[in-house]
Amino acid sequence: MNAPKTPHYVSREPFDPYSVEKLTPAQEELYLASQWRLMWWKLRRHKLALVSGTVLLLFYLVAALAEWVAPYDLHTRNAGFIHAPPQAIHLFHEGKFVGPFVYGYNYKLNMSTLKREFSVNHGSIQPLRFFCEGDPYRFWGLFESRFHLFCPSVNAMKYEHDGEAISLPGQGGAVFLLGTDRLGRDLLSRIIYGSRISLTIGLVGIAVSFILGIVIGGLAGYFGGWIDAVVQRVIEVLRSFPEIPLWMALSAVLPVTWSPLLIFLGITVILALLDWTGLARAVRSKLMALREEDYCTAAQLLGARPRRIIGRHLLPGFMSHLIASASLSIPGMILGETALSFLGLGLRPPITSWGVLLNEAQNINVVALYPWLMLPVVPVVIIILAFNFFGDGLRDAADPYKT
Amino acid sequence: MLRYTIRRLLTMIPTLIAISVIVFVIIQLPPGDYLESHIATMQAQGENVDQKKIAFLREQYGLDQPMWKQYLTWAAGFVQGDLGYSFEYDLPVTEVVGDRMFLTILISVVTIVFTWLIAFPIGIYSATHQYSWGDYGLTFIGFIGLATPNFLLALVMLYLANVYFGTSIGGLMDSQFIDQPWSTAKLLSVLEHLWIPVVVIGTSGTAAMIRRLRANLLDELEKQYVTTGRAKGLPPGKLLRKYPLRMALNFFVADIGNLLPGIISGAEVVAVVLSLPTTGPLLIASLQSQDMYLAGSFLMFLAILTVIGMLISDLLLAMLDPRIRLQGAPAK
Repeated sequence: MNAPKTPHYVSREPFDPYSVEKLTPAQEELYLASQWRLMWWKLRRHKLALVSGTVLLLFYLVAALAEWVAPYDLHTRNAGFIHAPPQAIHLFHEGKFVGPFVYGYNYKLNMSTLKREFSVNHGSIQPLRFFCEGDPYRFWGLFESRFHLFCPSVNAMKYEHDGEAISLPGQGGAVFLLGTDRLGRDLLSRIIYGSRISLTIGLVGIAVSFILGIVIGGLAGYFGGWIDAVVQRVIEVLRSFPEIPLWMALSAVLPVTWSPLLIFLGITVILALLDWTGLARAVRSKLMALREEDYCTAAQLLGARPRRIIGRHLLPGFMSHLIASASLSIPGMILGETALSFLGLGLRPPITSWGVLLNEAQNINVVALYPWLMLPVVPVVIIILAFNFFGDGLRDAADPYKT
Repeated sequence: MLRYTIRRLLTMIPTLIAISVIVFVIIQLPPGDYLESHIATMQAQGENVDQKKIAFLREQYGLDQPMWKQYLTWAAGFVQGDLGYSFEYDLPVTEVVGDRMFLTILISVVTIVFTWLIAFPIGIYSATHQYSWGDYGLTFIGFIGLATPNFLLALVMLYLANVYFGTSIGGLMDSQFIDQPWSTAKLLSVLEHLWIPVVVIGTSGTAAMIRRLRANLLDELEKQYVTTGRAKGLPPGKLLRKYPLRMALNFFVADIGNLLPGIISGAEVVAVVLSLPTTGPLLIASLQSQDMYLAGSFLMFLAILTVIGMLISDLLLAMLDPRIRLQGAPAK
């Protein structure tokens, strides 16, 4: 019966009625994080998107530094190396470590087929030079420089002509990691320079179609009524056109006399002219739903004009979503430009893009002899895959409050 | 259903008119017309031009008349089957075009059937075996297929066939059948060559369709009625066939509308690479030489093909899903 009583206990701590609702620091960070921060966290979990994003960043970096990364200039012709096959980078020569080097070419003109035949010359070791001086260029057209990431060896290159060694005067070593084209221009350098056009045309085009989509879709969604009906019909008509034939027709309209820059802009606008429809639809349907929200009515009652309501209150609500879906339509534009230039209807030399480079690979007989001319396909596929994965990840991340 | 069909047919008319206006404006955009540049080249070469013929053509096609009148002449001719006159070939467009439009339709239809046949089982497998190795493998292949532009795929296939088999896979029939009238042997030859362009053109569409079918079916499989069915003890195969698959089928049919423009676009470019006797190569040539009536009828034809494809898809959808035809306007 005389069990020891538990002592009466009263906490001396001051009573905090909100203690249950207290957040741990981790929770607090989560709840207070901005939308963009949440998106970043969500994107970070999407490994494939992160990898793709890194790849994209690398490509754009290379495009920005094209003059420096490419070993040759865009137009350097190497008369001695016409249609030379790709060289491989080696580290060891006969079991001895030499460092990165390429073997030189043996060149022979086959007198019966008149084909230039190159073979690997294991006697000529040409170490690559790094951070070296090579072809002069104007970096971004601003200042002169000769500095390159890597250049061919300066050792005079020995030719084997019918078993007889001759050395060309004034000719240094050669490094054609991806081979050369019909004028002896280094394909790797040309792909690197071409990435500038190929990669920017998607961005510029998407910027134009973004503006078109937001303005037109915004008007249709906010005002509804006959504006909406007209816009809907226009979109329907545009979407029932097969894209590429219409692009072809429009780019055939561009006058031949235009300067390359104007042609570039023209092609971009043409690509954008057909692309805004998807975005406009997304904006419209979102606005239709959002304009009934209380905060929108409140803004109206306070006397805000439509432009302010759309731009200030409605659009930011789903801007992230729009950017994500826009990033998904960039690959379509890059593909469009490539297809047009490949067919000879888009950009024309001297402007160089991947499509223009592929134009040389149009003839199967040429490709069968010199298959490396098809190599610009590789960056196209990589870029498109990367944009697709990255866009997928962005779209998932764009709605950070949905788990 | 009849009312829905009629209404759907009627809405096609303004669309087609708008398309024809756009096509006409596009082919009129380049400065000058074919006759002018033609006369200029002829005179530059020191040949004299048959003024009578030029004048006749000018009058026939009203090239000296205002734009809207030219449009009306062209559109009226189009409706009556007179596609205009190809200046480049010096023949009526209908004769230049010949089999090409038929072959374009053939390739498009076969490609769609191919896409369905491949995408349907793979999509179902991927959805029912989510996150299995098979699913990952197929998804990966699908992504590659999606990312490879089909004209580049055509190029690579041409090259591989050339290197490993020593043959050219271009063309759509054996060379002895070109320009011959249709016969059983020619048809067989066409069928023999058909699969390459079909595979090349269909790849990206198939990949896209697999991904969308998988996503759609996965959404359906997560719904409560599926859980209920499973709890009731329905065998898995029957459960899948009876409800979720039918729901996913709706969207599958609706997808032709999305698929068709892509297939036709792709077919045009692939045709150039594989040198198929379809509309593609001629369209490009006519665009480059400003042969406006030829280019115009090709563009118009491709657009009509797309519109009809969308119509078929909408009608099929309405047949499958009564909600659509009872609700009124198709949910777009």
